[in-house]
Amino acid sequence: MNLLGEGIAWIVDPANYAGPQGWIVRMLEQLFYTFGAIAVAAVIAIPLGYLVGHTGRGRDIAVSLSGGFRALPSFGVIILLALGLGIGFKAPLLTFVIIAIPPILAGAYAGFEAVDRKTIDAARAMGMTEWQVMTRVEVPLGLPLLIGGVRSSALQVVATATLAAYVSGGALGVFIFQAFATRDYPQALGASVIVTALALALEGIFALIQKLVVPRGVVAKEPKDVRARAPRPRATTGIPVQEGK
Amino acid sequence: MKWVESNLGLVWDLTLTHVALCIPPIVIGFLLSIPIGWFANRFRVSRGTILVVLGLLYTIPSLPLFIFMPLILGTSQVSSLNVTVALTIYAVALMVRSASDGFGSVDSDILQAASAMGYSGWQRFWRVELPLSGPVLLAGLRVVSASTVSLATIGSVIGVTSLGYLFLNGLQRTIPAEVASGIVAVLVIAVVFDLVIVLAGRLLLPWNRGDRSARATARAARRRAVLVAEGAS
Repeated sequence: MNLLGEGIAWIVDPANYAGPQGWIVRMLEQLFYTFGAIAVAAVIAIPLGYLVGHTGRGRDIAVSLSGGFRALPSFGVIILLALGLGIGFKAPLLTFVIIAIPPILAGAYAGFEAVDRKTIDAARAMGMTEWQVMTRVEVPLGLPLLIGGVRSSALQVVATATLAAYVSGGALGVFIFQAFATRDYPQALGASVIVTALALALEGIFALIQKLVVPRGVVAKEPKDVRARAPRPRATTGIPVQEGK
Repeated sequence: MKWVESNLGLVWDLTLTHVALCIPPIVIGFLLSIPIGWFANRFRVSRGTILVVLGLLYTIPSLPLFIFMPLILGTSQVSSLNVTVALTIYAVALMVRSASDGFGSVDSDILQAASAMGYSGWQRFWRVELPLSGPVLLAGLRVVSASTVSLATIGSVIGVTSLGYLFLNGLQRTIPAEVASGIVAVLVIAVVFDLVIVLAGRLLLPWNRGDRSARATARAARRRAVLVAEGAS
């Protein structure tokens, strides 16, 4: 536990957090990667996810894609792109956009899919246009799941951003790789604690946002059942059942 | 391509090392997740607590977790055990959610029918709950396998040999082909593992084959497992 103490001592030493080489600046770089990648990924993934969710077409492709992307070693991709684009922040940022897309796509699509078919039929029966059904019913109801996807991609990027330092991309990984070179375990530990705290803080913030964006009408009767949801039932057409006969 | 041709032996050796590094976390993680997932699903309080704690564990980035391991386990800083245990933690964190979902997906009427037929709790678990939650467990295992195979490459950064070696070496010597072959090898391992798991599922859950509705159930399970892993559920 003495080592952990040295790690904490490393964090609180002003020589390590202040200035352009300090961990505060490096942490901002890590956040720049995270939110930059998410912003770009969101522009690409949200419309695509909504399209899949609204039409119900290509959802198996979307799922296979996000399942398969999990196997893509982001570390290798960063290095391969760095060999092509040169060292610096470009290769890591591009990699992070790539890994941020699948969770957001999945969130956007799942958000639409989770909307009860009857609600959509009701909206349509009330005379809403296709566009209104999407923007006024599906988007608000699917927002919590979309935020869930964004949360997941934020966590993946903030974790992976540590590796950017390997190709001179800055961020908190700088301290970790430096520590490996100089065999300075307390420094590696201190930086690791900061990265972990950052990830946990992001997780907390996104969990909060996810709670806040649930529409009020939904909060009123949130399903208490924890069982897995059945895939969405098909809209039924035909003669209404004549009750009481 | 020239690099690949003259270094096929190296890539193959590293592939085997990588496979050996990945199998224990996947298998141990799966086995640990079954009882934890069952317990989590059994009581509402335990479900909330267990899933939140595991969610936080999964939040810890891999490189820091590898670095914390010697401190927690008392191992040497270059021991491959650090990576094995850290990957097992991730596997459990991902898999328990699927397992709990899987047990939750078994219709409670079926469980009551089994009890009414005289199954003891133990028998009911082995003969009814476990087989019926099979498709969901399988779908979860596929996600865990893909994630483990990819994360193991980062072990190379802390000195535990895996296919990640090709990334580090390829960067040092600026050989894109070396890095690319590492990525391809990782993806090939992931695909092979995935096929093995799907095939094992076919053999162990024969009632899931052929029938259209069963296939639809399996596909829905897969969708759900992926979405859960992406945090979108």
